[in-house]
Amino acid sequence: MTRHIPWILTAILGAVALAVVAVSRGEAVNALWIVVAAVSCFLVAYRCYALYIARHVMRLDPSRPTPAIRRADGLDYVATDKTVLFGHHFAAIAGAGPLVGPVLAAQMGYLPGTLWIIFGVVLAGAVQDFMVLFISMRRDGKSLGELIRMEMGQVAGTIALFGAFMIMVIILAVLALIVVKALAESPWGMFTVAATVPLAMAMGAYTRWIRPGRIGEVSILGLIGLLAAIVYGQAIAESPVWGPAFTFTPVQLCWILIGYGAVASVLPVWLLLAPRDYLSTFLKIGAIAALAIGIVIMAPPLKMHAVTQFVGGNGPVWSGGLFPFLFITIACGAVSGFHALISSGTTPKLIASEGHAPMIGYGAMLMEAFVAIMALVGASILDPGIYFTMNSPAALIGTDAASASAAVTAMGFPISPDLIAQTAKDVGEHTIISRAGGAPTLAVAMAEIFSHVVGGPAMKAFWYHFAILFEALFILTAVDAGTRAGRFMLQDLIALAVPSFKETKSHVPGIVATGLCVAAWGFFLYQGVTDPLGGVNTLWPVFGISNQMLAAIALMLGTAVLFRMKRDRFAWVTMVPAAWLLICTLSAGWLKLFSADAKVGFLAHAAKFSAAADAGEVLSPAKSMAEMQRIIFNDRVDAALVALFLAVVLSLLFFTVKTCLAARRIAAPTAREIPSQLVPAE
Amino acid sequence: MNGWLDIARRTARLMVGLPDYDAYLRHMAVHHPDRPAMNRTEFFRDRQEARYGGKNGGRCC
Repeated sequence: MTRHIPWILTAILGAVALAVVAVSRGEAVNALWIVVAAVSCFLVAYRCYALYIARHVMRLDPSRPTPAIRRADGLDYVATDKTVLFGHHFAAIAGAGPLVGPVLAAQMGYLPGTLWIIFGVVLAGAVQDFMVLFISMRRDGKSLGELIRMEMGQVAGTIALFGAFMIMVIILAVLALIVVKALAESPWGMFTVAATVPLAMAMGAYTRWIRPGRIGEVSILGLIGLLAAIVYGQAIAESPVWGPAFTFTPVQLCWILIGYGAVASVLPVWLLLAPRDYLSTFLKIGAIAALAIGIVIMAPPLKMHAVTQFVGGNGPVWSGGLFPFLFITIACGAVSGFHALISSGTTPKLIASEGHAPMIGYGAMLMEAFVAIMALVGASILDPGIYFTMNSPAALIGTDAASASAAVTAMGFPISPDLIAQTAKDVGEHTIISRAGGAPTLAVAMAEIFSHVVGGPAMKAFWYHFAILFEALFILTAVDAGTRAGRFMLQDLIALAVPSFKETKSHVPGIVATGLCVAAWGFFLYQGVTDPLGGVNTLWPVFGISNQMLAAIALMLGTAVLFRMKRDRFAWVTMVPAAWLLICTLSAGWLKLFSADAKVGFLAHAAKFSAAADAGEVLSPAKSMAEMQRIIFNDRVDAALVALFLAVVLSLLFFTVKTCLAARRIAAPTAREIPSQLVPAE
Repeated sequence: MNGWLDIARRTARLMVGLPDYDAYLRHMAVHHPDRPAMNRTEFFRDRQEARYGGKNGGRCC
């Protein structure tokens, strides 16, 4: 009994903290209450629910050899220390998503986002990661597409592969859009990010020829270079010659990024991708740790309201009501389908014992949720006036401090033009108005927190650009690596129709596939950049819908496997979150398609604009008939894309139901695990 | 303390896709004493290509 007491106390602490966060009104709540609530809930969930799933649902068997043992080769399959693998897995799953989604969701107040992150991760997100890791671990570490093919058939596997490719395209476009929003008209930020390219190349040459394999050494040298670039960036931005040379409009940046993606993804990996990945990975882990320490030391009060009037819809940051749109806006951090690709990637080939799976599958996702909580806290400690000034589109609040101040004050979040100008000055930017996309908002919050701990207000501009650089750096790495991965996915898909396309000796298929992949995300990026409503408004929901649909697919795979293992009575563990995600994504997708509200529905928006175009009118924010036509075209493409995602998820739902019904008719287990004796150790 | 430092080092290296070279040598010594093992530099380049070549799905959002 005594061993349960600490857990019971943790549970009580979590409940009290949650109650404080949920019930307090009027007076400012300290951010630490959210942190305490989240951490206690996560600890209790890990101790109780993860263990329940491990023991009863999966019946993990620590004595059963994992792929790392059976197929050990010292390279891909290596039995790895639990802590080391946890770090590897966490670094692979944590990206920009958990930092951006919660910042955007803060427009509804901090409470809805906090509750969704906590309950979402415990019941859905961590379960999904854990389940896919379990399924892959029992099948030689095969990838998600292959697992779906093994358990639900060839057609289902191909559909899932196609869906995953489209999701990749949207993710790359959204990530690139965030970089554009963060670097546009910001010579200081642009210079530091541009400086990482020659810096990474120098690091690449160092690890290639001078001191091969010395990752630690070269990363420290790189970090010194980065810090120098941030410091020097201020002088560049202020220089009358270099300042304008590093100042780009969003459209220019969009083309630079597309060109960058096309070139970077065909360069040798050691030259640019690998060394920049070292920097971005270590910087990411360091910045996350520093943010956690900073929040605890500063213990800031939350200035955002618990719940704002935008829960009913018509918020300026993104359109749509709490249900279903909150649940797709915070994807990563609560539940992220993309993790299914990571949990069936390198991790299952490295896990030393089935007994480690709860900590790595379930635990690492709890850690990512903690990152999301910190991002939400970051957005919520800012003055709400600043938050809405930064995140509302220029079409709503104008482009100068006076109009922004008037518009945001009219929303009910009073802010003076002086404060807007002063905040921009503090962080070393020309303007903070309409810097949507989440990254700049988070950077202002991080500057606030870090400068409180180190350096005081004088260091704010440095920390702001440090935060921008850290986000841009790992987004660019993701764009580069994602383009390469997308190219191979596309080659596999095209090879289904044209087998010679898989040929890797010839350069032609690779170049064609790379070009197609860049063109695909480039199209959506350009659309987002030129979108008069700011792009994030349109693209983030499509990204959220696609990512949550992949999560639903992964959980449906989990359900099918449980049925095929004859563990039907435990299948609610995956069925409940899968059902919730299906409800959220199908209704969000439906609304995005058919809502009569032109702010929400793509088709209604297209209809409104085409009716006006027919009548010869130009509707704001379009300025010409050509822009009208482009808006209509974009709306229809987005609608088609959402319809495609709906079709993918519905067809996989069909295959899941079919698989489960077939499994119920057979008395014996039919799951196709790869038995340990089949594959001898290499 | 040394143990922690070692774990931190190995974690940092695996985060960027570089597994333990000593473990690879041990594996080769036990299972393939007949085959030559890659040296440290070859091992590093082989793993770099394997991680970033594109087949591994890349980074998360």
